Amino acid sequence: MSTAFEQGTLPLHADAPLVTSTAFETRMLPSERLERVWAWGMADSAMSYVYRPTTVAGIRAVFELAKAKGRTIALRGAGRSYGDASIRSEEISLDLTRMKRILEWDADKGHITVEPGTSIRDIWQYTIEDGWWPYVVSGTMFPTIGGAVAMNIHGKNNFAVGPIGDHVLSFDILLPTGEIKHCSRLVNTGLFHAAIGGFGMLGCFTSITLELKKVYSGNLLVEPISTSSLAEMMKVIEERESTADYLVGWVDCFAKGDSLGRGLVHQANYLAKGEDIKPAQTLRVENQELPDTIMGLVPKSIMWRFMKPFVNDFGSRLINAAKFHSSRLSNHRSHLQSHAGFAFLLDYVPNWKWSYKPYGLIQYQSFVPKDKAYEVFMRQILLQQKYGLVSYLGVFKRHRPDNFLMTHALDGYSFALDFKVTDKNRERLWALAAEMDKLVIEAGGRFYFAKDSTLSSSRLHAYLQEERVQKFLSLKRQCDPDSLLQTNLYKRVFLSQNG
Amino acid sequence: MSARWNHAIVVGASSGIGMAIARELVAGGCKVALVARRESELQTFATELNGRSIGSPVALVYPHDVTQYEEVPALFQQICHDLSGLDAIVYASGVMPQYAPEEYNFEKDQQQIEVNLLGAMAWINQAAERFGRGQTGTIVGISSVAGDRGRGGMIGYATSKAGFNAYLEAIRNRVGRLGVKVVTVKPGPVNTPMTEALDRSKKPLLIEADKAAHLIIDGAKRGKNVVYVPWMWRPIMAIIRSVPSFIFQRLKNLNS
Repeated sequence: MSTAFEQGTLPLHADAPLVTSTAFETRMLPSERLERVWAWGMADSAMSYVYRPTTVAGIRAVFELAKAKGRTIALRGAGRSYGDASIRSEEISLDLTRMKRILEWDADKGHITVEPGTSIRDIWQYTIEDGWWPYVVSGTMFPTIGGAVAMNIHGKNNFAVGPIGDHVLSFDILLPTGEIKHCSRLVNTGLFHAAIGGFGMLGCFTSITLELKKVYSGNLLVEPISTSSLAEMMKVIEERESTADYLVGWVDCFAKGDSLGRGLVHQANYLAKGEDIKPAQTLRVENQELPDTIMGLVPKSIMWRFMKPFVNDFGSRLINAAKFHSSRLSNHRSHLQSHAGFAFLLDYVPNWKWSYKPYGLIQYQSFVPKDKAYEVFMRQILLQQKYGLVSYLGVFKRHRPDNFLMTHALDGYSFALDFKVTDKNRERLWALAAEMDKLVIEAGGRFYFAKDSTLSSSRLHAYLQEERVQKFLSLKRQCDPDSLLQTNLYKRVFLSQNG
Repeated sequence: MSARWNHAIVVGASSGIGMAIARELVAGGCKVALVARRESELQTFATELNGRSIGSPVALVYPHDVTQYEEVPALFQQICHDLSGLDAIVYASGVMPQYAPEEYNFEKDQQQIEVNLLGAMAWINQAAERFGRGQTGTIVGISSVAGDRGRGGMIGYATSKAGFNAYLEAIRNRVGRLGVKVVTVKPGPVNTPMTEALDRSKKPLLIEADKAAHLIIDGAKRGKNVVYVPWMWRPIMAIIRSVPSFIFQRLKNLNS
């Protein structure tokens, strides 16, 4: 790797006029580094020059290379954002997945310090046998902590514990200026609250310290509650939000009429000390791990092939209906489930996204204040049905506000919708998203960069409001004066003038 | 499945088939990098293309002589960067100087090999490597029906186009299985500056460049390996290819 960096020492400014072919040569990056880098939903990708450093010095070297070549950098963790948050066409992709050392673990306090490429899986597998579980995890265990903090992810317990940023004690961040800043709630607090949720635009985390949650069992007590309409689902969530540790709703977007918004809520609670009589056993990693076969027979690695025939309007309508009706049978039947089993629902079928081949999927998630949520989300379901573009999976969650500059959370609800992309539906799908955006913005709602594929610059300004945008951009100019860090997402929602 | 082209390079875009293809691509919503030797022609053409569009330019200009092979890797990378992606490359540069009946002219031979074949190899090698890595993309080589037989009247041209055909087939056999489309286009006479000097009698089934461009893009997007333009040339050339050499030598019409 060092030779490539040594070559990249020509002082060429990014916006210097380049007219001659010799100038082109000085900007060249080694073509053997060119790879196709995917958005997780597979509906988008970019060709990028990929670097995978293992040390902070390695990250610095890539920063220097980019400056010398007049190129920009997209930071990338596990690439689990659905859209274009970690891709940048024809520029440098700085992949941090090899920086995954656990630097410190205090099993008494439950504090862990890790490198940014460490995954959520690496962490819980390391800490659970000491009786600690991450406060906030996503629906899949594969994102990196660097990515999770940059996106300020939330879990099914956002209403109770906030986003992951609320459990970050401190971090070190390497700015494109070359400076490393230590940030916490005591020092560099402005940068602390902006880099968390700053989607990798201010600098690159080099280490992150998290606090973890003490657990007294490897299991959660899970109760399914079948709900016959969206109103009932919201009522169930409101009744239970003060006592539940986790709450998540699934919505059948195909159902019409009186059943519009029908679905299923899962509540989960931690077990108190002593409730689990053999915690040492349930807390073992092997008791958390998801089985690799279904019913002991079918290897899960090939499951997506069996799902593929159902990933269309007919099949998904069938599955959503079957899921709803079977939920009637198990209504209120509480059972124990492992933390990993409950949290990482999306990991049950490895590479389930492949069932959306060949054009992939996008997720549309919006966040709406409590009092407007019912109306907005009902209208979103109706709009989908009107367009004939119905989400195959709708997930409903409760949220609370937080103090981060670019936060997506608010006191209200979110609705996450998975849409299959096809060659023919793309334009209409984006039009549907724009129409749904309008409802959200009018209601004072928000969007989430980790999921987004469709937001435009004008709609970003409308929901974030000018003051917040300008504050973020001025911080970006301070931390990153040459605008070294850029992604296709950043270009789309901040730099693009169209729409 | 028909391919969507959002970003394309047209080499040889300042006149003839290349120009017509660039025009058709822009009309279809594709952003195009125009590459050719003559800068002023290119600028005029780009101004025409960009004049119709609103917002950022849809045609970018890159003056380049295709025989300056060593410039190609950096220029190719820069164009991909400026377009922010690449879905297709069309190599349409070509020359066809006229030979007197008894003329042997190495300079003319060399020029045709350089422009029609070596320049194509320099550009398409870059595209093939990139598309192979990305497992997507379309390469369109504008060859000619003239590559199907070594006609006595077009020594250099026939040789360059036969070489080009073999080259495109070899590239297809390398990257085709990776999902890259390689399209060999074999037009008959097309009404362009290149064929202007030819006698009308030597231009059977002559078609206009914009018509040819339309047929070429249509065939390429439908994923054909070899596109004859117009299609009648496919059966005609099948017959001509099957003529035994001892007869072919005696056919004055085909060898002038």
